[in-house]
Amino acid sequence: MATGIRDKVAIIGMGCTKFGERWDAGTEHLLVEAFREALADAGIERSQIGAAWYGSCMDGVNVGNSAIPAAMALRLEGIPVSRVENMCATGTEALRGAAYAVAAGAVDFALAIGAEKLKDTGYGGLPVPFKGTLNSAWMPLGSAPAGFAQLASSYRAKYRISQGDLKAAMAHVSWKSHVNGVKSPKAHLRKEVSLETILNAPMIAEPLGLFDCCGVSDGAACAIVTTPEIARALGKTDFVTIKSMQLSISAGRESGTNQWDGSYVPNTRNASRRAYEEAGIRNPREELSLIEVHDCFSITELVTMEDLGISKDGEAVKDILDGFYDADGKVPCQIDGGLKCFGHPIGASGLRMVYENYLQLQGRAGERQLKNVRFGLSHNLGGVPFNGVSAVTIVGRHND
Amino acid sequence: MTERGIISFGAYVPNLRIERSAIADAHGWAFPELKARAKGVRALANWDEDAVTMSVEAARGVSTDGVGALIFASTTPPFADLQNATLVAAALGLPETVATSDNGGSLRAGVSALLSALRSTVHTPTLIVASDARHTKPGSAQELQYGAGAVAMTVGSGKVIAKLIGTASRSDAFIDHFRASGESYDYYWEERWVRDEGYGKIVPAAIKAALADAGIDAADVRHFCLPGTMSGIAAAMAKKSGIAAEAVVDNLHARCGDTGTAHPLMMFASALERAEPGDRIVVAAFGTGCDVLVFEATPELANYKPRLSVAAAVAGGRAEAHYTKLLSFQGELQLDWGMRAEGSEKIPLTQQYRAREQLAHFVAGECPSCGTVQFPQLASCVNCGSFETLTPHPLVDEAAKVASYTADWLQFSPSPPLHFGLVQFDSGARVMMEIVDVEPGQLDVGTPLRMVFRIKSKDKERHNVRYFWKATPATVQGA
Repeated sequence: MATGIRDKVAIIGMGCTKFGERWDAGTEHLLVEAFREALADAGIERSQIGAAWYGSCMDGVNVGNSAIPAAMALRLEGIPVSRVENMCATGTEALRGAAYAVAAGAVDFALAIGAEKLKDTGYGGLPVPFKGTLNSAWMPLGSAPAGFAQLASSYRAKYRISQGDLKAAMAHVSWKSHVNGVKSPKAHLRKEVSLETILNAPMIAEPLGLFDCCGVSDGAACAIVTTPEIARALGKTDFVTIKSMQLSISAGRESGTNQWDGSYVPNTRNASRRAYEEAGIRNPREELSLIEVHDCFSITELVTMEDLGISKDGEAVKDILDGFYDADGKVPCQIDGGLKCFGHPIGASGLRMVYENYLQLQGRAGERQLKNVRFGLSHNLGGVPFNGVSAVTIVGRHND
Repeated sequence: MTERGIISFGAYVPNLRIERSAIADAHGWAFPELKARAKGVRALANWDEDAVTMSVEAARGVSTDGVGALIFASTTPPFADLQNATLVAAALGLPETVATSDNGGSLRAGVSALLSALRSTVHTPTLIVASDARHTKPGSAQELQYGAGAVAMTVGSGKVIAKLIGTASRSDAFIDHFRASGESYDYYWEERWVRDEGYGKIVPAAIKAALADAGIDAADVRHFCLPGTMSGIAAAMAKKSGIAAEAVVDNLHARCGDTGTAHPLMMFASALERAEPGDRIVVAAFGTGCDVLVFEATPELANYKPRLSVAAAVAGGRAEAHYTKLLSFQGELQLDWGMRAEGSEKIPLTQQYRAREQLAHFVAGECPSCGTVQFPQLASCVNCGSFETLTPHPLVDEAAKVASYTADWLQFSPSPPLHFGLVQFDSGARVMMEIVDVEPGQLDVGTPLRMVFRIKSKDKERHNVRYFWKATPATVQGA
């Protein structure tokens, strides 16, 4: 009988580059930047790493297929290094590989690293990934915002909310992340933006305007994991452990049957339910100290508050407008700026979220440090709501 | 002559109607004289419509039961070597035993196809589709005159609504205009010469011969169908032939424009919509010669109501005031669509063939185990996971509505915004689909939709075309 990985994996070192338009750095350089910080943080040598997982999503940029170019960049010689790709959950998948290796006792130290060099595309927004030869024959190749924008049409229809009221809550989501981003030195966008500017921005995919969409950034993030026993043996006293990691993926039911109303993300509900169970969390609204969710678009964050079971169904709009998720609210969301302002280099994002929770748990979050942090949740949503993958990771202190 | 005759017809005219004044205004600095002829609207094929897609849409208005042959007629076939009729047949879901062929080379091609079908000795019905979407040189007279559209007609025995009672054909290398292979535009000689030496000498003689063949007088003709972009040409030919002025059938210039190969049949179909049993109808097509067909409407016509009438097709449509849209759709104007438009659209022919049935005729599958209807058909049921082979379930004519939608301004589309969303079919099937011919603000969850056959993408490097089905609001005129 599986018992899960709660407290079986210790995070002893993390690194994260400055996110943004990194005209100065290629994927290889970003990888090394995050890696060096994590190595120094962990206090171990490169040669101690027994296995590594590298995550990147877009094949048209970055370093190419396989893990070989990443191993070359990091000079990880002769050990197992794998490349993982699962859309926007890619960074979390790298961490999952490393965590499972340690939990299984396969290696003492494992590395998870994710990177994305989106600003090598030459244009704004994300490239549309290849959908396969059969899907390309029939599926409309819409942009990422267009895939997520459809949540809004269904959410409005289900809860009979006017376009204006929903837009107001969506605008608050982005406004709050901009406020938070200012206090986040490594964030891509560090500037407050007025609600008026957000509401009047040019339309990208109805009803998502420019400020309903997250930053498209370059960046890398990295984690070094080991067992709690080894962490203690190294003399670590304040290390963080993984309380749960769960992932859920679509198999066609949402997009291919009439069993889903389009107003929520079933994968997030599956993954979070199992993650709470694995972590022993019974009431997420009360027990979670902070959350880093996949706010690729404002509407995504809005429905995610319900999918994670923190807001009741149909009440996210109210909670958001009440400031429940603001920096001074009950459950601060995107305290580092989120995808919206910290940025979204796809392969790095899952690890960047854990990085923030890791810093908050250790009291190292500087100006934006929250009080009494116990459990930090991070959440990724890859693909689109109707055909996607969702990952939920909860971290906390090793002795909690 | 023969027991075979017309048993059904259907018409299609694209939803977009460019205002002729928008064309004339754009050229006003160079050709102010265009303004005087710039009244009304003309049909404009959307970027994702061509002679094949329009033919399919027209044919959805006719009965294809037992059809043994399909002839596709056009001077603008998308492919020179790749039988266009086969694409039409596949989209219509016709059995692979159907005998297909392409007909072209002249604006008479549609009428010639009809004549061949009427003279055929086979026992199964023949489906004729005629369609054109001709490109026009900016500033030319044709830019104002030409439209786009398609007509389908089935010829067979049984419930014949119009029977052929006489014909005459003339082959004559009188070249009023031509378009060389691979060229975009028609090249015209002087109108006065075309009128006097061409139409004036060739058409009345052919009409006279056809009427003699039918054994009727010109005065017996109640409907006279002769396309021609020259003002008053049909009336002049009627007068020369002794046909009453009231018999001249409107050439649909005001709301459609000349649809090329389809046009004689479009006017014929339009006449049939007004004709009484016993009426004699002359259909003439001019182009390096002339074909004249004389029909008599049968008593059966009184019982026939076309599903897709010319009247409805012409009356529908949405006015379009952006002249540069016409230029862009025809490739005259290379807009800067940005890097997002640079993606490769190479079509793997192997995959296309493996999935040919479900792609061409939009065939979903029904699970024998749980009954779930699903698209695409994969090797395992989307609902219960059964590995049993799915039962074919076409979605082409099934009622559907919007489950979710958006208007995408970011992703490249030749006609932004790209509307798409989850489409919910009555059978329970759900498919992410592009939604076309949408008016701003028209879509909402629950908006009724119907399916249309369109171009999905164009491979600009290899000049291949990928077709698939899209959704359109049910209020848009069509099948």
